[in-house]
Amino acid sequence: MIDFKLTEEQLALQQTARKFAQTEMAPNAAHHDQTGEFPRSIIENAWKVGLLNESIPAEYGGLGLDGVSACILTEELAAGCAGMTTSMMVNTLGQTPVLVAGTQAQIEKWIVPFTQEFKFAAFCLTEPSSGSDVASMHTTAKKVGDKYVLNGRKCFITNGGVADVFTVFATLDPAKSHRGICAFVVSADTPGVSAGKKEDKMGQRASNTTDVIFEEAAIPEENLLGAEGGGFKIAMKTLDRTRPAIGALAVGLARSAYEHSVKYAKERNAFGMPIAMFQAIQFMLADMAKDIEAPRLLTWQSAWMVDQGMNASKYSSFAKCFSTDAAMRITTDAVQIYGGYGYSKEYPVEKLMRDAKLLQIYEGTNQIQRMVIAREIFKES
Amino acid sequence: MKIVVILKQVPDTETKIKVKADGSGIETDGIKYVINPYDEIAVEEGLRLKEKLADDSTVTIISVGPARVIESIRTALAMGADDAVHVNDPALEGGDSLATARVLTKVIKDHGFDIIFAGKQAVDLDQAQVPPAVAELLDIPHVNTVAKFELAADKTKATVSRRIEGGDEVIDVTLPALLTCEKGLNEPRYASLPGIMKAKKKPVKTVTLAELGLEANQVGAAGSHVKILKWLPIPERSPGKILKGMETEAAVKELVRLLREEAKVI
Repeated sequence: MIDFKLTEEQLALQQTARKFAQTEMAPNAAHHDQTGEFPRSIIENAWKVGLLNESIPAEYGGLGLDGVSACILTEELAAGCAGMTTSMMVNTLGQTPVLVAGTQAQIEKWIVPFTQEFKFAAFCLTEPSSGSDVASMHTTAKKVGDKYVLNGRKCFITNGGVADVFTVFATLDPAKSHRGICAFVVSADTPGVSAGKKEDKMGQRASNTTDVIFEEAAIPEENLLGAEGGGFKIAMKTLDRTRPAIGALAVGLARSAYEHSVKYAKERNAFGMPIAMFQAIQFMLADMAKDIEAPRLLTWQSAWMVDQGMNASKYSSFAKCFSTDAAMRITTDAVQIYGGYGYSKEYPVEKLMRDAKLLQIYEGTNQIQRMVIAREIFKES
Repeated sequence: MKIVVILKQVPDTETKIKVKADGSGIETDGIKYVINPYDEIAVEEGLRLKEKLADDSTVTIISVGPARVIESIRTALAMGADDAVHVNDPALEGGDSLATARVLTKVIKDHGFDIIFAGKQAVDLDQAQVPPAVAELLDIPHVNTVAKFELAADKTKATVSRRIEGGDEVIDVTLPALLTCEKGLNEPRYASLPGIMKAKKKPVKTVTLAELGLEANQVGAAGSHVKILKWLPIPERSPGKILKGMETEAAVKELVRLLREEAKVI
């Protein structure tokens, strides 16, 4: 049986998240987009309302939200500001390796504090010369006594300059390719760990994106997650779990572009009538509406599969790829509907278009998503 | 203290209200319902009082209405209220303010109370009658449109103030009393996600008229003095007039004439 009805609880959290996005995030989105200033106090308020760290299990004092509910939440926040939402979601991304591979002691030490105080996490996988090609990473981990010593540079790290805790992927031996990769949990105040330059990004400018540098950073051996060489699997498992939420982020961002467009089309007059009367505009709006509904369902389905413990690689790639491509088209059309005003920074839609572009790139480019899908197709046939 | 909050569920203030073709009511399809915004302020004030007292005080939500009202009750519980009573009975339909007040009064009497908070009015019908009627039926004092509230140290009275033209009116009121809340009294908190999870487990007592011991002729349409005969949509505004192609002096003259003779506003 299929049931698309949200539970009472899901409706309630949707309502809270929507209200928060409309009152706290959206009115400040343009300011943080223009200045690139990090919206710490807004995110702190979100933490107080319980909108962060949603997937920490209840037995560790978290909300223990299922993936579908997390998608409902993310869509609402993203409709307020995609950049702020990315920063908020990366807490979950940074925590997930510990939750999927950590021991109880590791979860208690590194995850439980997020339920008690306002903190940021970050996920350090990408490097200047290794993005999609994870296995070719250069950051090394060398066992010295009872410590691992990390050396290397990670880049495009969301929350890199503000995080208290990093999950870091490094290789014992680059020659071992993906079999050499280990996952570590690293406190930001470890000597030898520092944040590098802050990226001046095209969009999602509210989120903090920096290099993270490791110079002879000695990490206690108990900070290794899982076994030596298990890091690649942990990274992939993490991304399989968090990917549906990127789809939801895209749906929320696209919804905001669509809502602006419908409103504008009714207000703006040309040739003696509102432009909403013209079929050329109507068709764009119709395409937007359907391209929001379909990815939302795909996103929920992939999150549901993750919740059921099913292999969701293919479906979460469907969701991520489909939703973010749709968001790019929808935000581009929103600029088109606004015409010259759409291209002006005085109106909200050009920001949405810039924000959307990043969704096709991060958490696995949409080209990588298609490779994952193709790989699964041929595995099956 | 037993803190009671009267809560009404109303259509979202952004809803476009459409009157049914036969004038018997409004189209309810697709309407999103929310807590009456002034009642949200009442909930917040109740919670603040409980937090300030930091003893075994409780905040109880009392609401009358159909099954959908439970969503708003849960929201109030998620904000932090302790429990709720929901009166749901088909016989309540068509009740006027006094009939509704009778139901609320019975519930409040049964539950016990030291102070009652309510919104100053519900934003659907804007009658602002139910809370004062409840206070009268309970035979306790009430103050309307309270913008500031302070409980006395001995908890036997409160100092409240109301905004009036050119200043504030400060009133000492002995408890138990009923206070209706005005905008500006506080900023209602969000129903937090942990709060939403906890709200699931909080007790909500659903009661019928029979369980309350009320007769059908005391409530609903049967127990009402006011009957709504017909609902009418607000007439559409006629478009404005623009005086074109005239010299300024003549245009001003014409404008003044129209304002005086046609619009009859000067």
